[in-house]
This record gives sequence, C-alpha cells and structure tokens, in this order.
Amino acid sequence: MPQADHSVYYTFTFYLFGLIAVVSAVLFVTRKSPVAAALWLVNTMFCLAAMYVLLDAQFIGAIQVLVYAGAIMVVFLFVIMLLNLGHPSELADARGFGWKMAAGAVGLGLLAEIFALTRSRVPLPYLAIPQGMLGRQVELQGAIAPIAKPLFTEYLLAFELTSVLLLAAIVGAVVLGRRSTNAG
Amino acid sequence: MLAESLFFSAVLFVIGVVGVLTRRNAIIIFMCVELMLNAVNLAFVAFAQVYGVAGQVFVFFVMTVAAAEAAVGLAIIIALFRHRQTVNLEHINLLKG
Repeated sequence: MPQADHSVYYTFTFYLFGLIAVVSAVLFVTRKSPVAAALWLVNTMFCLAAMYVLLDAQFIGAIQVLVYAGAIMVVFLFVIMLLNLGHPSELADARGFGWKMAAGAVGLGLLAEIFALTRSRVPLPYLAIPQGMLGRQVELQGAIAPIAKPLFTEYLLAFELTSVLLLAAIVGAVVLGRRSTNAG
Repeated sequence: MLAESLFFSAVLFVIGVVGVLTRRNAIIIFMCVELMLNAVNLAFVAFAQVYGVAGQVFVFFVMTVAAAEAAVGLAIIIALFRHRQTVNLEHINLLKG
C-alpha cells in the first residue's frame, strides 16, 4: 500500500482508533479501581490491534489480541482478584503533589521533544522513505509468510533463545509463587 | 501513516510514563509498563510498513518478553503481598534510607 494515496476512509479509521486508544489510556491511568483500569487497558490494546491491521501487520494484530488482550491482561485481572484489591482501603493510591509535578514535567519535556523533532528539517538523502515495501510483500505472499521467513532464518537464534527465556520465566513464576518461604 | 503512528505511539508512551510516576499501586504501575511496551510496538509496526518486515519480527520478540515479564512480575507482586499485606509502594520502603 503506497504511503501517499490513502483513502479518506482509511485515514479516518486510523485516527478514530488512535483517538480511542489515547482516551482509553488516559482513563486507564486515572481510574482508582484496578479492575476498571485493567479493562480500559484492554480497550487500548484492542484499538492498537486494529491500528496494526491498518498498518499491514495482520499477524501482529491477531497476536496482540490473543497474547496481550487475551492472556497477559487476564493474568493481571486474575492477580487483582487473587489479592482482593477491589476493597476501598487499597484504592487511594495517587501520589502527592511533588510527584504529579515531576510527572507533568517529564510529560511536557517529552512532548517538547516531539514538537522539536517535527519542526526540524533533516535534508539527508537516506531519510527518504521507500514507498510501501511491506504492502506489496503482503499482497504477493500473504500476511504470515513475510514475517515467518526471517523469523526462522535470519532470527532463528533469537527465536530459540526466547524458548529458554519462557522456560526460565515459568520456573521463576512457580518458585516465586510458592507458599513456603524457606525455599526459593 | 508513519507520522501519525509515531504521534500516537509517543502520546501513549508519555501516558505510560505519567502513570508510572503518579500511581502507587504496584499492579497499576506494572500495567503502565505494559502500555509503554505497546506504544513502542506501535512505532515498530509503523516503521515495518515502510522499511521492511524486521520491525514486526521485533514486535514478536517484545511480546514474548512482555509475557515472561508479566508472569515473573506478578509472581513477585503476589510474594510481596504475602509478606506485607499491601501492594502500595509507599508502604514497601525497606530499602529507603
């Protein structure tokens, strides 16, 4: 899909999902109840999945729904339920005024950086963007083949290492979550 | 769509940073970190659209690491809750001078 000639419908849909994602994220950060916060975060992740699909990343969009919105957030909600964090004494958790000012300063600094980057003009030739590489690849090979091929050839070592990482995470979670305190 | 994606990615990342700095509930801070990972993933996918598929492969790895991190981190939070009966980080200050 070339960069320039997106239809109005495409652009509108992209902005719509982006806006919903940002609003959900703001609501997620400001909710007092952890359950409500988690559900708003799930909403943000669904919107991000839609944006991935619009950006020619259909497989990543499906994985986003399955792994992030499906698995990881269910684990979060399960832990919230397990620890019984819904009761009122746990709810008042916003930090004091100094921390809020610090967070605001960090946010303003990062936004200033964005605006400085958008205003700056870097006339280097290598910053020119090749037009729509991935869209053509998806049209020719389908949505999964372009990502599967590098995953199992160029990045095979990293792929195998992630299996070791996941095994270590399983063992670590079981050891940390065990009830006896003398071992582990 | 690259500029728009990077804009939304930056905004979501900033919201995550503000959440980490302003909240004291350990689980919510943890979810803010997940939001920041998601924002970075959006930037990766947007760059993958124009520069080739390597960005999407990287998103795949980021998601794997996020899943492992969620499992271990939540186990740590559960162990912490068993010891201190709270997940409020103001009350978990053993290393504070």
